[in-house]
Amino acid sequence: MTELLVAFLVSTIAAATPLLLAATGELVVERVGVLNLGVEGMMLAGAIAAFATANVTGVTSLGVLAGLVAGIALALLFAVISLTLQANQTATGLALTIFGRGFSALVGAGFVGIPAPTLPKLHFPVLSEIPVLGPVVFGHDILVYLSLAILALVAWCIRATHLGLILRAVGDSHDAAHALGYPVVKIRYAAVAFGGALAGLAGAYMSLAYTPLWAQDMTAGRGWVAVALVTFAAWRPFWLLIGAWFFGALMYLSLYIQALGVPIPSAFLSAVPYIGTVVVLVLISRDARRIRLHRPAMLGRPFQARA
Amino acid sequence: MTGMTKQYPGCLANDQVALTVGRNQIHALLGENGAGKSTLVKAIYGVVKPDAGTIVWDGQPVTIQNPGHAQRLGIGMVFQHFSLFEALTVTENIALGLANASERAGLRERIVRISTEYGLPLDPDRVVHDLSVGERQRIEIVRCLLQNPKLLIMDEPTSVLTPSEVQKLFVTLRRLAAEGCSILYISHKLEEVRSLCSVATIMRLGRNVAECAPAEKTVKELAEIMIAMDLNAPTPRPAQTEAAPPRLILDKLTIRSPNHFGTDLRDISLTVRGGEILGIAGIAGNGQTELMDALSGEILAGKPESVRIDGLPAGHLGPHERRRARGCFVPEERNGHGAVTTMTLAENAFLSAFLRGALVRFGIIDARRTHAFADDIIKAFDVRTTGPKAQARSLSGGNLQKFLVGREVLQNPSVLVINQPTWGVDAGAALAIHEAIMALAQAGAAVVIISQDLDEIFVLADRIAVIAGGRLSEPVPTREATIESIGRLMGGTGQQPLGEQPVHA
Repeated sequence: MTELLVAFLVSTIAAATPLLLAATGELVVERVGVLNLGVEGMMLAGAIAAFATANVTGVTSLGVLAGLVAGIALALLFAVISLTLQANQTATGLALTIFGRGFSALVGAGFVGIPAPTLPKLHFPVLSEIPVLGPVVFGHDILVYLSLAILALVAWCIRATHLGLILRAVGDSHDAAHALGYPVVKIRYAAVAFGGALAGLAGAYMSLAYTPLWAQDMTAGRGWVAVALVTFAAWRPFWLLIGAWFFGALMYLSLYIQALGVPIPSAFLSAVPYIGTVVVLVLISRDARRIRLHRPAMLGRPFQARA
Repeated sequence: MTGMTKQYPGCLANDQVALTVGRNQIHALLGENGAGKSTLVKAIYGVVKPDAGTIVWDGQPVTIQNPGHAQRLGIGMVFQHFSLFEALTVTENIALGLANASERAGLRERIVRISTEYGLPLDPDRVVHDLSVGERQRIEIVRCLLQNPKLLIMDEPTSVLTPSEVQKLFVTLRRLAAEGCSILYISHKLEEVRSLCSVATIMRLGRNVAECAPAEKTVKELAEIMIAMDLNAPTPRPAQTEAAPPRLILDKLTIRSPNHFGTDLRDISLTVRGGEILGIAGIAGNGQTELMDALSGEILAGKPESVRIDGLPAGHLGPHERRRARGCFVPEERNGHGAVTTMTLAENAFLSAFLRGALVRFGIIDARRTHAFADDIIKAFDVRTTGPKAQARSLSGGNLQKFLVGREVLQNPSVLVINQPTWGVDAGAALAIHEAIMALAQAGAAVVIISQDLDEIFVLADRIAVIAGGRLSEPVPTREATIESIGRLMGGTGQQPLGEQPVHA
C-alpha cells in the first residue's frame, strides 16, 4: 500500500510539472494583458530542441537550455507579430501553436524512436533515504524543484514587489501605465519571453524527463490545459499548483486503472485527466464574478501609444 | 513658453501659442473644445512633442522629453480622464508614479499625512474601483503633491465633482498657490475661473486670443471672447399646461445592477408629460448609469408595465423596439457607447436612425439617404467636421456630442432621454444642445435629462428629481427648488447602504 501511495504521489508531481511550468509562464504573460495561445506550440518546440540537443551532445543540461531558448524564440516571434505589428493576439497565438507543432514534427522526424540521455534524479544524502517522504519530496530531478521555486518566486514577485506592481498595472490599464511613463511594449515583450522560456522548459521536461523520447505531438494538449488552468485559477499562482497536481493525480489514476485491465476504453481513460481537470476547475471557479474581478482588464487588447 | 506650434494631420492644433505662468498664480486656460488647450498642456507635460517653439522653465530653456522629465522639473498634471488602475489600491496607484525606491519608502504614511494636511481625505488601502470620481481625483492630486511640484496642471478638474467637493478643491488649490506652487487651471466653467484664477489666457482655434483678469470680466464677456460671437442665454419657455398627456411613465422600476460595483435601482416611479423636461440630479455612481440603461432598454425590466412609452408597456423591450415606439436615447459615454469611434459619422447616424429614418430598403442600406441624414445633422447642429465620411473619433468631444444629440433629436422622438448632455462640452456647443432639447420639448416630446451639472438642470428642467443610492426623490418644480435643497438630497443619502439613510419628512 505504501509503495502504491509513493508511486501515486511521485508520478502526480512529475505529471504536474510541465503544466505548472507552462501555466506559471502564461500567468505572467496574461497578468501584463497579453493572451498567448501558443503555449502548446512553444512547448513542442522546446521539447524537440531539448531532445535533439541532448541526443547530439549527450549533455542533458545543454538540452534543457536549448528547450528554454527555443521557447523564447517562438515567444519573441509571437511578440513581434502581436505587440509590434499589432496583429490579433488570439489568431497569432493559434498560428504559433500550429507552427510549433509542424516545425517540431519536421525537425523531429529524424529523432523518432531513438533514445536520449535522461535528466538525472537528484539524490540528497540522508534525506532521500527517508521512507515515503524521501522519494516523494527528495527524489525528483532539478526541473521539478525549479518549477516550484519559480512559482513561489512569481507569486511573491506579483504580490509584494514593485516589479510585480508594474506588471499588474500594465495588465490593468496600459494607457494609464504609459501615461506614467512605463514602457508598456517592452514590459510585455519581457513577460512574453518569460512565458516562452517556461513553456520551453516544460517541453524540455516532457522530452528529457517525463517520457524521455521524442514523439510527434508528445505534449498532447498540455499547453492548452495550462492556458485553461490560468483562467480557472483566476490568475492566482497558488491555484495553479492545485490545478496542476489535480491533473497529475488523474493522469496517474487513469494509467493505473488501465493497467488493472478494467474494461473501459483506453481512449476514454486517456481523456479523463483533461475532462476531469476542466470540470473541477469550472466548479471551483463557478463564481463568474471572481473571474471578472481578477481578470486583467487589458487581456488580449492591443496597445498603441497615442502621439 | 513662446511660439508653440503643433501640427496634427489635418489640423493645426496649436499655432504660435505663447503662455506665461507666474509664481504663486492660479492661471486659467480657457477655450472651446478643439481650441488646443489640451495639446498645449500635453506639450508642457512632455506627452506630445511640439513642432516648433520653446519652453522656458525657471529662466532656462528646456526641451521636455517625456512625462518623467516633466516630473523631475517639478511639473505635475492631473488629467481630465484619470490615469488610474482600477484593480489596485490607492497606495499602489501612487507608488507606480514614483520612479525611485527611496521615494516609495514610508509612502503610506506620507499619503495619509499629505491628504489630511491638504484636506483631501483618502483611505490608502481602498481599491480604486470602489471609489467615487471625487476620491479618484484626490488620488491624482495627492500623487502630484508628493513630488513637491512647482507647477500643477489641472485639466477640467471640477466637471465631475459635486458643488461641495468643488469648494473643498478650491480651498486646497488656493492654499497650494499661497505656498508657492503655480497652477495652470483648464476649465469650461467660467464662473469658477472668475472666482479662483487671477489670470486667464483664452485660446481659440489653436491661437491665443486674449489674456485678462477673469474677475474683472463677466461670464458672458469671457464666453464671447472664447467663441468669438454674441451669446444669448436660452429664452425661458412658457409654463407647461398640465393637460398634456404623460408620455413616459416609470412604475416602481426595480433593477439589480449587472455590474458588481454598480448601484441597484429601487422602486423608481416617475411620470413625464409631453412638452416637459425632467431633470435628474445626483452624484456620479448613484444609479444614473443603471437608470439610463433601464430607460434605453439595455437592461430589461422584469415587468413590461414598469416602463411605459406613450402608454405602451416597454419594460421587456430592447433598444430597437423602444426606438420603434419613438423613444430616443443619448448615453453618457460618447466613445464606444454613443458612437462607434472607428466608423464614419454617416454609419453612426445609420446605427441609431435606420428604423425611424427609413434608411433601409429591402434589407439594403440606403447610402444616399444615410449620407443626407448625417449631412442634415451636421448642418443643423453646426458640427465642425469634414463631412459625413469623417470618422467619429476625428471629432472633438463637443462636436461629437452635438452630432449624437442631433442624431436623436432629428428622429423626432416622443420621448428623449439624455445622460450628461454637455459633459466636457464647451459653452457654445452646450448652448446649441440646450436649445435643441428645449425646442424638442416645445414640440411636444417628453425629455429626461440625467446630469451632474446642477446649473444645467436648473436652466433646462421644469421639474427636478434627485437620484441617490438607486432611489429617486419626488420631483419638485424648478421654481420651488434651490441649489441648497437639491444639494442636500444629493449628498444626504448618497453612497450609503440602505437602512442608514435619514428618513425624509
